[in-house]
Amino acid sequence: MPNVTKIFAACIALTFGLGSCKPSSSGSVDLISTDQISYNFHIRPILSDKCFACHGPDANKREAELRLDTEEGAFTALKESPGQFALVAGKPEESALYHRITSQDPGELMPPPESNLSLSPQEIDLIKKWIEQGAKYEPHWAFMKVEKPSIPSSEWGTNEIDRFAFAKMKEKGLKPNEEADSFTLIKRACLDLTGLPPSPEILEKYAGFRNGNTYEKLLDELISQPAYGEKMAILWLDISRYSDSYGYQDDNIRSQWPYRDWLIHAYNKKMPYDQFLTWQLAGDLLPNPTKEQILATAFNRNHKYTEEGGVIDEEYRIEYVLDKTNTFSKGILGITMECAQCHDHKYDPFSQKEYYELFAFFNNSKEKGFEGDVSVSKPAKTPILWVEREDLKGILSFINHSDTSRLSISVMGELEENEKRTTFILDRGVYDAPTIPVEPSTPESIFEFPVNLEKNRLGLAKWATSRENPLTSRVFVNLIWQEIFGKGIVKSAGDFGMQGDLPTHPELLNWLAADFMENGWNIQRLQKQILLSSTYRQSSEITQKHLEIDPDNFYLARAPRLRLPAENIQDLVLSSSGLLVSEIGGPSVKPYQPSGLWESATSGRGVLATYVQDTGSKLYRRGIYNFIKLTVPPPKAIIFDSSNRDRCEITRNRTNTPLQALVMLNDPMILEASRVLSTKLSEKYANPEEAIDEAFKRILCREMKSKEKTLLLRYFESELKEFEKKPERIQSTLDVGEYPMNPKAIHAQNAALMQVIVSLYNLEETITKS
Amino acid sequence: MEKEILEQGLNHNRRKFLSRLSLGLGSAALGSLLIPGLFDGRKEAEESMMRALPHFAPKAKRIIYLFQNGAPSQLETFDYKPLLQKNFGQELPESIRMGQRLTGMTAGQSSFPLVGSYFDFSQYGQSRAWISSLFPHLASVVDDLCIVKSMHTEAINHDPALTFFQTGAQVGNRPSMGSWLSYGLGSENENLPAFCVLLSRGKGNGQGVYSKLWSNGFLDAKHQGVQFSNSEDPVLYLSDPDGMSRDQRRKMLDQIAAMNDLSYQQFNDPEITAKIQQYEMAFRMQTAVPEITDITKEPDSIIKLYGPECLVPGTYAANCLLARKLSENGVRFVQLYHQGWDAHDNLPNQMIGQAKDVDQASAALITDLKQRGLLDETLVIWGGEFGRTNYCQGKIAPENYGRDHHPRAFSIFMAGGGIKSGIVYGETDDFGYNITENPVHVHDFQATVLHLMGIDHEKLTYKHLGRRYRLTDVHGNVVKDLIA
Repeated sequence: MPNVTKIFAACIALTFGLGSCKPSSSGSVDLISTDQISYNFHIRPILSDKCFACHGPDANKREAELRLDTEEGAFTALKESPGQFALVAGKPEESALYHRITSQDPGELMPPPESNLSLSPQEIDLIKKWIEQGAKYEPHWAFMKVEKPSIPSSEWGTNEIDRFAFAKMKEKGLKPNEEADSFTLIKRACLDLTGLPPSPEILEKYAGFRNGNTYEKLLDELISQPAYGEKMAILWLDISRYSDSYGYQDDNIRSQWPYRDWLIHAYNKKMPYDQFLTWQLAGDLLPNPTKEQILATAFNRNHKYTEEGGVIDEEYRIEYVLDKTNTFSKGILGITMECAQCHDHKYDPFSQKEYYELFAFFNNSKEKGFEGDVSVSKPAKTPILWVEREDLKGILSFINHSDTSRLSISVMGELEENEKRTTFILDRGVYDAPTIPVEPSTPESIFEFPVNLEKNRLGLAKWATSRENPLTSRVFVNLIWQEIFGKGIVKSAGDFGMQGDLPTHPELLNWLAADFMENGWNIQRLQKQILLSSTYRQSSEITQKHLEIDPDNFYLARAPRLRLPAENIQDLVLSSSGLLVSEIGGPSVKPYQPSGLWESATSGRGVLATYVQDTGSKLYRRGIYNFIKLTVPPPKAIIFDSSNRDRCEITRNRTNTPLQALVMLNDPMILEASRVLSTKLSEKYANPEEAIDEAFKRILCREMKSKEKTLLLRYFESELKEFEKKPERIQSTLDVGEYPMNPKAIHAQNAALMQVIVSLYNLEETITKS
Repeated sequence: MEKEILEQGLNHNRRKFLSRLSLGLGSAALGSLLIPGLFDGRKEAEESMMRALPHFAPKAKRIIYLFQNGAPSQLETFDYKPLLQKNFGQELPESIRMGQRLTGMTAGQSSFPLVGSYFDFSQYGQSRAWISSLFPHLASVVDDLCIVKSMHTEAINHDPALTFFQTGAQVGNRPSMGSWLSYGLGSENENLPAFCVLLSRGKGNGQGVYSKLWSNGFLDAKHQGVQFSNSEDPVLYLSDPDGMSRDQRRKMLDQIAAMNDLSYQQFNDPEITAKIQQYEMAFRMQTAVPEITDITKEPDSIIKLYGPECLVPGTYAANCLLARKLSENGVRFVQLYHQGWDAHDNLPNQMIGQAKDVDQASAALITDLKQRGLLDETLVIWGGEFGRTNYCQGKIAPENYGRDHHPRAFSIFMAGGGIKSGIVYGETDDFGYNITENPVHVHDFQATVLHLMGIDHEKLTYKHLGRRYRLTDVHGNVVKDLIA
């Protein structure tokens, strides 16, 4: 059988591929192929990873007073060996650094053996070459102002993105794939923009399209659907660590869900990113803020709150301010400031003082550390935004709240001028060890805080969304890229610092970021740019050459194949079976869940001690609305790599495990959806072939191939025979889920069709964006 | 004819994915769920670190950690302080308290009256260890125990303290100890996860447990603790739906594999092959897990050993027996939590109930492992997240009192797995408040446990967002005195 050989060959190639393709210790750049050594791209990743911990920004841990992260430090005469220099431009043999990294004497060798770090021969070679070429330093690429680069010329592609992408492909010896067929492209675009598979109507309307204008119309149509906001909100819920409970010990219920309604609304009304950020960071500080602007600041209040009796108030108040600071720096600036909470950052040029200067922006809220234990728990904590009936008819009409009670949401609110706190540096980051007082400010190495800005969160928002800020636009553009291609141009989307991955396409990233700002931070325009590119529209077929040259698809000579996020798997199943209730927003829902999960982990206190499953239409809502109890997050979400929402997360893993197989095979939601769809199709078609044909189209979103048809019909026949042989099993097979069953539909044909549909939901292709 | 071709095709498919499967096993057996690691493009440096594992010959192969959630009092278990009984009701001297911070629950108390154990203590075994009358069964295996009376921690509230014990950090989303071991050593059984979690609850004042305690943190999801439930499915979604036979399931998997294979022929994506393997693994787990969790085939002698409660699913005793079976079958790390030790008031009564839950079964587990020759290679750990105060919280009477949280000194014990047996390590002052000899910090404990598993705690690292993380953060010393 030729196939066997092919598969083995692929596996072997893959093994070798992993062995021989060497991403650098901190990234994806091919180190060896270049003649001109770049500090940013070749040397700094090595020095940062292996040297900076002791010879870097952290003044307290600096050994021998030698600092290698700045040019000045590295070229200063060595304190412990007068007359010698760590670096002598052009002369590796006279450079103490080169001498020490190549020493045979374990007492001399750097990094020291006890650090468990070592340099590879290639890394040593690169450093040698760099010194030979003059040991030139460069500022860290991500902290340099975003400049729009010139666009390379190219003989391939539709828009600017393709020119940059094609240049890289060529450099790597790759050729772009052909454009994917229209069914594939429609499914891909629908999943990317709405998180839903194409409806039969969309497929009918657009399948077989031939020109770009029609495709662009499809994109516009998808962006105008309410489902667009639901899709977009998921990433931001991870960043803003949204949940429906307070976390910690007793983990009682909270009501932040109107913030989720706002997020969906903001995306649907196409709010520009700079405004989107400003409202969330500082809506309450805008002149005469509206309730909507204040609601947006719930972003800063979604973190955990303790209700454990006996905690020390100030310890937790500080903890909450730390969380806000870390969320801002990771989610919006893409840097890991939290290291500087306890000491100067070891890799990035952020001092502990700068950390607390940033912290100071968030330190003047009316928030408390502890408002009482679970016995006096309320759905929101000070400061609170109250939403009344009339608000729901007016400016907050996007909040989906049907009963008459007024709503409370935890939001931001500053102390009065005379109550303002002084922020101190906290020794080792501990709440009761304040040292030196600091003023609100931002890390100098990123972009100095202009003197004319308010020294409060509004000033911080203006600083973040300034054209001069080198990070905000790069980080966000990269996130949008990550959501579409599976990984960012900078793979470490949450770390644009020294230890982060280097961009695979630095000019493209700069171009996109500059273009994004020049065009009013327009998110939808950015997404359309990407989706219209030929790079995006390639087929995802993988060739031998891809596996050899670029198994991880860093260079995008093919479209990626990506397993759907947990929420969208649920959406796909419910939507294709016709069960989906497409109501927007509202409180979270509790769908089917294996029994006993909440009960076995609870303290027994609070209203979430037991899981009370919802019924009726609440069972069929989109995955984004599933109730998230922090201490016991929804099991399927965790099995499919969702964030547990404990902290700000901006990248999800994408694993492939047997527990996922068990969910797809046995989850009542999937079985119920299969039964409902099979019943509908059994009623509609007498001929099973037609029924299978429609089921296939709904679930796979394309036409069935003849080989597939043969296999599926065969399987259907065999299941049918089985059920006819054992009719007592028909009822129990079909009897799953709460959706009402038509007694007339309890027959072998329906049961067999249901099994076929379960098998379709279990195909790799079904839950893959391909 | 067509049918024959098709059946041949199906058989062929099954053969094919079975042979693909064999490619993945063995050398790649790193993670609990094995195969996923095959395609995740592990970084080179990490790979070389993994090849170095174990760093030296391990003394223990597996761990069973009996976590006593809520913090049992050291003063009613292993740390006998007659002075407290003698000085009943007297004020805790400031020279002993030395500014130790208090929780909000007792910070407002105007006095801190000392209170001694309501229960008697006796000495047992070669070490003449003091054990309270609440634990007769544990007293009977004292020569297998290594009692550490000088544990101390940094946190004073449950959530951060538990998280600290399990992940090495008070806050944050760090990997749990079991996840680190799964990552470092993988599983010994390809059909079972390397890290399993079992929950039970006593009648005492309870504190919740949180899934972040068995979270993989930034490690791959395959290193996450798999929670075994005592409801219908021991592992979530394990059982086939009603009405489905194994034969029918097998047919469905063959059908799915055949369809996926067509996809593979088009896309050449190794993820598709991996997916087929995951379905096979799931199929095997469906057989393997119920076999292991079935305790009906255990002989009467075993039931008698663990006590009749072991027949009631979800009890501590049942979980101890299940832990033995999982461990025996190669599960690297079995983590139990028994809730209910947080006795802020009514402590004597609560302790009686909690001790009844755990005494016999904990001792039985040690005896059972020993009689199977497994104790030498299995480390058993018993203990909570901190200790309790020597002074009374709330109303005080000799037979009815409460104790608040105390991080500065508390007791745990270990057994088997290369730990010294029949010793008592560390000492506290006569007030049971401060450590006077051989303190063991939580990070020291973690370093020691990893050491017993053949791991240098400074070398088991994972680089995440620019920083190399480890279970012991930047601290921890192996306590050599505890190692046999």
